[in-house]
Amino acid sequence: MSKTIMEHSEASEVFNRDEPYVDWHDETLWFVRQKRDKSSKLLPEWEELRETASQIKNYVLSELDELLVQFEQKAKENGVHVHWAANAAEHNEIVLNLLKQHGITAMVKSKSMLTEECHMNEFLSKNGIDVIDTDLGERIVQLRKEPPSHIVLPAIHLKKKDIGDLFHEHLGTEAGATDPQYLAEAARQHLRDKFMTRRAALTGVNFAVADTGAFVVATNEGNADMGAHLADIHIASMGFEKIIPKQEHLGVFLRLLARSATGQPVTAYNSHFKKPREGQEMHIIIVDNGRTTQLGRADFRNSLKCIRCGACMNTCPVYRRSGGHSYHNAVAGPIGSILAPNLDMTKYADLPFASTLCGSCSNVCPVKIDIHDQLYKWRQVLAKGGHVPQTKGIGIRAMSMVLSQPRFYQWSGRLGRSVMRTVPFMVNNSLNPWYKQRDMPEPPKESFRDWYVRNRKE
Amino acid sequence: MNYSSLKIGLFIPCYVDQFYPQVGIATLELLEKLGCRVTFPTNQTCCGQPMANSGFEHLARPCDNLFFDLFSDCDYVVSPSGSCVLHIKEHLKADNRADESKVLRKRVYELVEFLTDILKIEHIEAEFPYRVGLHQGCHGQRGLHLSQMSELNAAPFSKPVFLLKQVKGLELIDLDRTDECCGFGGTFCVSEEAVSVKMGKDRVADHIRHNAEYITGSDMSCLMHLGGILKRSNSNVQIKHIAEILNSAVKKQIPVPIA
Repeated sequence: MSKTIMEHSEASEVFNRDEPYVDWHDETLWFVRQKRDKSSKLLPEWEELRETASQIKNYVLSELDELLVQFEQKAKENGVHVHWAANAAEHNEIVLNLLKQHGITAMVKSKSMLTEECHMNEFLSKNGIDVIDTDLGERIVQLRKEPPSHIVLPAIHLKKKDIGDLFHEHLGTEAGATDPQYLAEAARQHLRDKFMTRRAALTGVNFAVADTGAFVVATNEGNADMGAHLADIHIASMGFEKIIPKQEHLGVFLRLLARSATGQPVTAYNSHFKKPREGQEMHIIIVDNGRTTQLGRADFRNSLKCIRCGACMNTCPVYRRSGGHSYHNAVAGPIGSILAPNLDMTKYADLPFASTLCGSCSNVCPVKIDIHDQLYKWRQVLAKGGHVPQTKGIGIRAMSMVLSQPRFYQWSGRLGRSVMRTVPFMVNNSLNPWYKQRDMPEPPKESFRDWYVRNRKE
Repeated sequence: MNYSSLKIGLFIPCYVDQFYPQVGIATLELLEKLGCRVTFPTNQTCCGQPMANSGFEHLARPCDNLFFDLFSDCDYVVSPSGSCVLHIKEHLKADNRADESKVLRKRVYELVEFLTDILKIEHIEAEFPYRVGLHQGCHGQRGLHLSQMSELNAAPFSKPVFLLKQVKGLELIDLDRTDECCGFGGTFCVSEEAVSVKMGKDRVADHIRHNAEYITGSDMSCLMHLGGILKRSNSNVQIKHIAEILNSAVKKQIPVPIA
């Protein structure tokens, strides 16, 4: 499978072959960023909220061991079963075993990026379990047999026509139909049947409250509630960083989350789960899967503050023009690029370089993760570990050699400019990626230094 | 305050030195016009950012050493490039002189902020009678806070706009996206060529949509990238570093001959 993965630059090149589509993709996500701007600017205390959220999360990361144990204890007191998974495989096994114990072969699932990270659907379907994603966007990409391209807007890369064609094929809607209401109604009817017949429901966890043992799931479609309320068994999967210390902290995070994600003042459904209803079983799986390692990396630990709002993706000028799939990871965009190398430095070595380090991501982030600084730091780690292409290393070494020696630099500059003037095809050719779609600057006869020496130096 | 008693070091980034000598000249002349005593150490090369941003920070060390040796005796170091200045401010670390490097970092200024924050210029004698779009380089804006960024819920300000507004005849145009990255990004411009160019094309289109005759900015690297795209599309829109605009002389009124 790894052989078919295209690096970010290559995938972006393919993405950019259809320029009107790129324009549409960029505008669509920029619209979401603008909605975020508008709603965040309606709150005079916005920056204070961000700072507060950041501090709470800093506290969480430094007290994680205590908070997790506290949460487990409270949840158990509430009658919830708590499981611990060291990695993706363990998580998937726990889910499978729970289903097997109850003789269940079909399950509904609301949005959970963690299960994407664990490739759970793939694993369960191999083991005879039919998983239906109930978030509309997730269901769409599931039917297309592709991963979500955005953590909040999984099918944002698709146009109405794509959905119409897909639903015609899978749900029997009229051919050529593109009316969103008609298509959404078809999905609704299709999913309603699944909700009514599935005995197990899996949800994600947005926030797990240590002092009550309760957890909150945020959705705009109410699909988490629908699944959990109708099922005999509710499984909630959470990355261990989802902990917040107290119930009152929800006020900070829920205000930030929806505004940062879509510009809504609040998510349509913030569902609070505390204890199973009578006759129901409730399970929480707390997953590590590399998080302990990340927590141990001083420069990168605060990436675990992420609340998965997607604001960094919407604002990222590179993401908007390369699409989520170009990041070949469950979480795309700037945050994905600092999380992924922790899991596999070889496979994700390209991601920290898929950025201009413009810094917009760090400044929209509701929990103030220094994303662009971490991208820079990952580059250092990856280069040191030998994860960047050798040719690049050679080029950089040569550049360093020239720039370290003033006379060599002056001589090379003069030579280079003279070559550009006299034999421009040496530079203006297809081997020069700059020249492909841009002209080179006009090489002057004299550098600034030469001018200075001639005019100012006594 | 009399600035002629201060030693001001001029740092001209490598690519400006090689390709845009007129920007170096404008910066030097402008500072001198404003009464500064400027020195240009002729053995300077590069801030080291190309190596560091590519992941090879350690290969930027010789540049750090060179920069330190040439500029450590200056009261201020001024450079017409937000990106290079930000890199030096965040990363300069000469061998065995880590603490001294930190002191020097604080004395390095980008040209615009040097004019507004240190010289506290309130009036500039310049004329540039054109419609001009301002491209905010990300490192200057978000890194050095040359102007407020659109991401934050915070009071707006802009140091380059403050200066440009004083230029006679200059009409500053509005843009749809005030602070979107142009896509240059150092080695990103070649390693991620497709996205880089698309970002640049979109930036250029925003300026053209608002009838800019010139695109200016305080970072020549962004302007080099945008200029390359403009030229490829045979556009009449030109790039001009802010130093060149601020240094553009006011035309002397030619007395009309008496008939």
